[in-house]
Amino acid sequence: MTTEPAVRVRGLTKSYGDRPVLHGLSFDVRAGETVAVLGPNGAGKSTTVEILEGHRRRTGGEVAVLGVDPARADRAWRARVGVVLQSSGGDGSSTVREIVRSTALAYPAPRDADEVIAAVGLTAQAGQRLRSLSGGQRRRVDVALGIVGRPEVLFLDEPTTGFDPEARRAFWGVVRSLSDTGTSIVLTTHYLDEAAQLSDRVVVVAAGRVVAEGTPDTLGGSEARTPHVRWTGPDGRAHDVTTAEPAALVARLVADGGEPAALEVVRPTLEDVYLGLVAEPEPVDAADAAAAPAPGTAGAAGTAGTARIVTEEAR
Amino acid sequence: MTVLTLGLDRARTEVRTFFRAGDTVLFTFAFPVIMLLVFSTAFSELPDFGEAPDGSVVNAATYYLPGMIASGVLLIGVQSLAVDIAGERADGTMKRLASTPLPVASWFLGKIGQVLVTGALQLVLLLAVAALAFGVDLPTDPGTWARFAGIWLLGLATTSLLGVALSRLPRSGRSATAVIVPITVVLQFVSGVYLPFSQLPGWLQSVASAFPLRWLAQGARSVFLPPEFAAAEPSGSWDLPSVVLWLGVWLVVGLGVTLVTFRWIRQDD
Repeated sequence: MTTEPAVRVRGLTKSYGDRPVLHGLSFDVRAGETVAVLGPNGAGKSTTVEILEGHRRRTGGEVAVLGVDPARADRAWRARVGVVLQSSGGDGSSTVREIVRSTALAYPAPRDADEVIAAVGLTAQAGQRLRSLSGGQRRRVDVALGIVGRPEVLFLDEPTTGFDPEARRAFWGVVRSLSDTGTSIVLTTHYLDEAAQLSDRVVVVAAGRVVAEGTPDTLGGSEARTPHVRWTGPDGRAHDVTTAEPAALVARLVADGGEPAALEVVRPTLEDVYLGLVAEPEPVDAADAAAAPAPGTAGAAGTAGTARIVTEEAR
Repeated sequence: MTVLTLGLDRARTEVRTFFRAGDTVLFTFAFPVIMLLVFSTAFSELPDFGEAPDGSVVNAATYYLPGMIASGVLLIGVQSLAVDIAGERADGTMKRLASTPLPVASWFLGKIGQVLVTGALQLVLLLAVAALAFGVDLPTDPGTWARFAGIWLLGLATTSLLGVALSRLPRSGRSATAVIVPITVVLQFVSGVYLPFSQLPGWLQSVASAFPLRWLAQGARSVFLPPEFAAAEPSGSWDLPSVVLWLGVWLVVGLGVTLVTFRWIRQDD
């Protein structure tokens, strides 16, 4: 076992002309780890991944994938790195088996083509042309092509865009089994549940910077994970209070005025945390924050994020 | 796996892909054969394409065969390669292949293999249709065939390199056909493929002479037409040194542009 990280990024910068898009990204992917890179469109995810794949030049900083600078990629390095692009092209006239076999030839120690086809669940379609497959099946072919060379690091760029929920779950199974065999995986996705399901760690990129990093359960810190209590007051006003003691707050509400309308106690999901992280900071609406009742210390826990939610819900 | 073995596998894949694309087969591979059938049939009532010294008549099929062979080389080299490569660059195929350890030399070998196999099959088809359907007398002298093989291979190498070079011209995969096809169509009309070269105005002959197809067609005529027909060429002879020179110049141009502009992995922006 090596202690060298699969991917090491330090102070990565990239400018297109004089327009900077990456402002000094740093993160690691440890050997055998699955890391999801999340961020809104235009945040710099794709640029980052393309630099890691050796498809794009960086402007500055240090990048190493399996200890090698991707800008100096050679055949030996390509043989250890699997890439599943957003679109893998072709006119779809090849059959699944033809394209997997042909791709395998370029690698020094490939997996057996039929085994790989079975691993992505396409044995029944092995003799079919790609153009006759569904979108989800074609995407699984792309993954088969990315893993047939037995890569140590696999880049998956938005692998399940356009999948139906069933196909997405089947696909997750494929990725998990790869991870189980020790493959390091870098995943970019727009689906937060996908990141939560598959990744050991999440790196959130916004406006060309890493804004947060952590396991899906701890991302954003305990503050961002504090439960919300929401209800509608007798005056018809929506309330949203963040508190570490939701039960105590609810008990107090009931004691004060009986059963509150539309009561909810919500623990923020990864998606809520993510949206809070990538949102542009907005001014706190003081009127709304003050309007929330302040039983004990709970009201004081309102953060900028909470205030924003209150504002939106009150509209 | 060596560069050569991988190149052979790429060639197999390229040829298979080529023949599974019905539109390419019709408009690139079979088109010269279709045009030969059209011209040979349409002008079959006109016996005045000339007479060989032994008194045998040069019919329309004999007259058009060299032009269609030259036109086929242009379509297989320039048209199909430029459109294919532009499409593969646009749709992600090339990026996917460049993400694997496939050497770029093997990729090129695959393209060369595709051009050679499809070009040879097209040539055999043209010769067979001419000889069997229209009674064209093909040369019997091995020396003539050797000369033809040289001209044909030089022409194929030149047009293929120009095809790779021109693949950078279309700005998207979808516009590739629209950008490339007019170039090959115009060249075919001004280079003595569809219209007899000697009947074009002098200035148009001069313009066409700056491009390779005119010379390729002239080289092919030197093989399949009786020697007396050389008198109809602008210089009054087959002028094979000029044929080789002009094809060679365009080969170097195509090679130069390819070396400067071809990117296996695009890291440019």
